Amino acid sequence: MKYLSTRRRHPAAKPLILVLALFLVGAVYALVIPSSQVSAAPATTQQVAEGKALFQVSCSSCHGLNGEGTSQGPSLVGVGAASVDFQMGTGRMPMARPGQQAPRKASEFSADEITAISTYVATLGPGPDIPTAAVVDPTKLTDEEIARGGDLFRANCSACHNISGQGGALPNGKYAPPLTGVQPVHVYEAMRIGPQQMPVFSKNVITDEDATQIIGYLQAVENDNVGGGLSLGSMGPVTEGLWAWVVGIGGLAIVAVWITSKGARSK
Amino acid sequence: MNENASKELTQGPVADPGVEPHVESYVASDPKLDKAAEGRVIACFVLSAVSAIASLVLYFAIPMTIRIDLGTFQANLHNVLFGTTMGLAILLIGIGIVVWARNLMSDVEMVEIRHPEASSDEDRTEALVMLSDGVRDSGVARRKFVLGSLGGALGLFSLPLIVTLADMGPWPTKRVREQTLERTLFAEATPQQPIRLVNDVTWKPLRAADLEIGQLVNAQPENLQDFHGVEYQQEKAKSSIIVVRMDPDSITVPESRRDWQVSGILCYSKICTHVGCPITLWEQQTHHLLCPCHQSTFDLGNSGLVVFGPAARALPQLKISLDDEGYLVATQDFTVPVGPSYFERDSRNDFKKGDA
Repeated sequence: MKYLSTRRRHPAAKPLILVLALFLVGAVYALVIPSSQVSAAPATTQQVAEGKALFQVSCSSCHGLNGEGTSQGPSLVGVGAASVDFQMGTGRMPMARPGQQAPRKASEFSADEITAISTYVATLGPGPDIPTAAVVDPTKLTDEEIARGGDLFRANCSACHNISGQGGALPNGKYAPPLTGVQPVHVYEAMRIGPQQMPVFSKNVITDEDATQIIGYLQAVENDNVGGGLSLGSMGPVTEGLWAWVVGIGGLAIVAVWITSKGARSK
Repeated sequence: MNENASKELTQGPVADPGVEPHVESYVASDPKLDKAAEGRVIACFVLSAVSAIASLVLYFAIPMTIRIDLGTFQANLHNVLFGTTMGLAILLIGIGIVVWARNLMSDVEMVEIRHPEASSDEDRTEALVMLSDGVRDSGVARRKFVLGSLGGALGLFSLPLIVTLADMGPWPTKRVREQTLERTLFAEATPQQPIRLVNDVTWKPLRAADLEIGQLVNAQPENLQDFHGVEYQQEKAKSSIIVVRMDPDSITVPESRRDWQVSGILCYSKICTHVGCPITLWEQQTHHLLCPCHQSTFDLGNSGLVVFGPAARALPQLKISLDDEGYLVATQDFTVPVGPSYFERDSRNDFKKGDA
């Protein structure tokens, strides 16, 4: 005891006691309230809390403090985790400015933050869930299955997104975005949630198998384009016609002028 | 030179300036330059020959499997090199010929006077005399019956030619139209024997419970599967439908079509009423269906009425209901012909704005 009492006015004593006291309180707290933390999947609860905090900072000015929607943005009750993952994963949300349509851009949020917000929004009401990696993996598809994916794409998607997924125009400044460079999981989610003007293609009508085959077809037309030269955006007659008239016929006119010009004279 | 022509030239309002004096070309003025130009021409032809040989070598030397990827330019290496060298070979032949013509051939200006195109008066009189002689010799004026019978024979010969036009298809009488153009596969459906709506491509029957609000399905009648080849395409061209589900509170359903839908699930023809393009560009929030061909826009939340574009008639709606197992079925055909307009079409039964 003499050792402690003689050093009770030591400069380090006060901070040391404070640290000890904090440790004691923490230890007692952990002993007294352990059960409530263990039972309810701690990661999820924490994610929901984190997600809610992030949501209130980044999303609530348009979607309301509890995702109930305002005059500036729709309600998020029942849109599901897939919707958040699609809108935020492709950078569409948060919107840079109000407009007819939210454009795709680099996402400002990390994957963890998006997961937290989507977990929180999923608690607001039941909705489409984020698919597992195996569902949207097109690498195991056979050529026949990819061809079937092409049939499905041409019947259901090509009217708006173009036969090779290059996108197209819609009325009043809206558009169907190009599907090149989009992650398979986002293609899948878009089918299930029907973002913006896109119709829904639900699980029981276009099955997960169909959706994977459609993704397989999209990847095939994007990556396996061997043998062609300049694709000119794969948009068909518009760019091809422009090229033929401006570069093709323009070039011929220039050559014709060269052929008939008189050339240098001797004086 | 024709005398008339030269007279006309001098009589014009502006005096004929004649040919401007010839100035020798720069290349022709010096034998050294001429030699150099000759060298350029030969160089073009030699390079062309080298390119042709190179294309042959490359064709066999490069495997057809190598792919090159330069950002937007993605191609097969074999195709690119073979095409470039072959194109260069023919291009250099062309450039060589043009350089040859411009630099080495004579460039002295020449005049060629245009002659009047009509024959001389003597020739024209002679031709008319020969014609009238021929008419007199053939005796057409005396033997009227010969000419008449020839006319009859030629006239009758045209009939077999006209008759072959019948091979273009049956005459579109009202009865023929009702059995072909104005009838789709849904006509086989009755309330006792309804026809299920199935997903296009997968043939999966559509259950009302599986459709979400905002959903669009490209569908076909179940009995389309019984057809093959040309008949399949002909039937599909008429029976293609789109099934959409909308929030019942956000759409207008007229009294006469109250039982045509299943809690906001509506079915329309997929064929545009303008010139018959298949239309599925549907905006789920505005309920507008846009035709990609000419921008005709139909409001599926309001009986398919035209809201924009060249289409004159509303999109035909199909009456649908549920069977015992909850699948969507049709019990009757469209009430009006689907697809584009044609001359004989009776358009009085089409749904118009303001119909109840």
